[in-house]
Amino acid sequence: MKRTLFNNRLLPWLLLAPQLAITFIFFLWPATQAIIQSFLRQDAFGLSTNFVGLANYRALMNSAQYMNSLQVTAVFAISVTVFSLLIALVMALAVDRMIRSARTYTTLLVWPYAVAPAVAGILWWFIFNPTIGILPYLLDMVGYNWNHLSSKRDAMTLVVVASVWKQISYNFLFFVAGLQAIPASLREAAAIDGAGPVRRFFDITFPLLSPTTFFLLVVNIVYAMFDTFAVIDATTQGGPAQATNILVYKVYFDGFIGQSMGSSSAQSVVLMAIVITLTVIQFRWIEKKVQY
Amino acid sequence: MAQINLSGVGKVYAGGSRAVGNVDIDIQDGEFIVLVGPSGCGKSTLLRMVAGLESITEGEVRIAGRVVNEVEPADRDIAMVFQNYALYPHMTVRQNLAYGLKNRGTPRAEIDRRVAEVAQILQIGDYLDRKPRALSGGQRQRVAMGRAIVREPAAFLFDEPLSNLDAKLRATMRLEIKDLQRRLGTTSIYVTHDQLEAMTLADRLVVLNGGRIEQIGTPLDVYRKPASAFVAGFIGSPAMNLLPAHAVPHLPGSAHAGLVGIRPEDLKPSDSGQIAMQVRAIEELGVSRLVHGMVGDQLLTVSLSNQYPLGETLHLAAEPGAVHLFDAESGQRIEAH
Repeated sequence: MKRTLFNNRLLPWLLLAPQLAITFIFFLWPATQAIIQSFLRQDAFGLSTNFVGLANYRALMNSAQYMNSLQVTAVFAISVTVFSLLIALVMALAVDRMIRSARTYTTLLVWPYAVAPAVAGILWWFIFNPTIGILPYLLDMVGYNWNHLSSKRDAMTLVVVASVWKQISYNFLFFVAGLQAIPASLREAAAIDGAGPVRRFFDITFPLLSPTTFFLLVVNIVYAMFDTFAVIDATTQGGPAQATNILVYKVYFDGFIGQSMGSSSAQSVVLMAIVITLTVIQFRWIEKKVQY
Repeated sequence: MAQINLSGVGKVYAGGSRAVGNVDIDIQDGEFIVLVGPSGCGKSTLLRMVAGLESITEGEVRIAGRVVNEVEPADRDIAMVFQNYALYPHMTVRQNLAYGLKNRGTPRAEIDRRVAEVAQILQIGDYLDRKPRALSGGQRQRVAMGRAIVREPAAFLFDEPLSNLDAKLRATMRLEIKDLQRRLGTTSIYVTHDQLEAMTLADRLVVLNGGRIEQIGTPLDVYRKPASAFVAGFIGSPAMNLLPAHAVPHLPGSAHAGLVGIRPEDLKPSDSGQIAMQVRAIEELGVSRLVHGMVGDQLLTVSLSNQYPLGETLHLAAEPGAVHLFDAESGQRIEAH
């Protein structure tokens, strides 16, 4: 490996500056603010601010609503991650088998990723709308009365479907690339070694795809925990009866609608801690197993 | 142990382009056949058709008397060694060797016995529990061979197995492959673009060009009596000189032929020599020298032991019987009368 050496000490910092500035202004500074605010309490008129220690956190742990939100988030994140990975993998495998039209399918399947989350939310809001939506109309024909405005299960289904649909494209692209990186000769060797298509998948393809799968697992959990905010906001807004009020939406709702800055900050710190913990666990435990 | 017969075998892709046409080869039990030709000549396609990795669109492939056109690769009783070895990177050497046996439901004890035996033959016992990435190129090559041997198949198929190795290792592995094949007596088809590998390994050579067979024969036969101008130019290093007959009118038989071929080592300096060559460049090979020069407007290469100054005119004579004649249009060999 040949290394290029720059004698200018300023240049590297200059090149890094834009990214560092973005990281600082949009990530580090707000995060610090959130941590500081989570220890404070303001009165209703914003006239005085007191240091209250861990009171905001204690209040959270004793809040039934917050515990509900944790549970909702877990169900939501696991469903979104599992379904979006599974569906994307099946699609990638199907495209990998195609010879002539693979490119066309790949292009078409990537389109949903280009749709803004809020737009996707609106799209699903229309499709699922109990009064004017096409899906409730179709479901009504088979005798199912769809109403995500009153049914908790319907609401959860709606936000999961909308979020999964949005993320499939991304996962699909990575799976296709991962599959193409596996030399054809490996599968051919396995075929000669007497492994049928199903066995080839589980013995050869899936293990060799595991680094991709692992990466996507981390990305999808983070996606489900943070980036699905717009989907929730455009469709259910956390309802009905808190059924889809995931942590990130609750942070926004309590902070910006409920104006309870201290509690909202404490929630965002907890959310941050949860995601950091999950990511660390994933890297510690799972990454070891996917190396080959 | 098996005969392999190819009759009228051809491959036309869905788009209509033809890769291989009308190939007939009868391979005897235990024979080592080398398919050799330039890249794109269809040799790999042909091998993959025998392996079952490529569909056969024309003709018939028979292994041990059974037509295998529609038989799955796994059920053809063959083993293949790939150019990139195709070792399963997430499995240890032992698991790599055992995989094919495991899939066929071989009892555990039998697998262990065979893996140990193969490990001993190939001297890979020390790294049975390593993963492929921890092995050198030569070791990976051995494991790939081991995976083929361990199944005790009716035939080995080799797809340019040595082309990823450096020159020295390639020469060693060449000997090992030949030796192993002799000891096991397993019918083998070996694909290469390297004519030296082809010459040294083959019981019989199949020279392919443009998807068709140019010549089948023992290495010496092919070397001594190339069936076409293509074979003459492809087999042998340095390559045979191929000159239009009018450039060397004095050579015997050149009046009847379009092309005249003479190997560089079959030309000797002689005062009565009728080929006058002006020396243009000399390549030192140590054991001999390659002298390149011009005969009229034609390039000629001669293998000589002496040094000659550039620009000097050499008079060369061809060894009797060393002149090959080819038809100008078809390129086919013409026997001298």
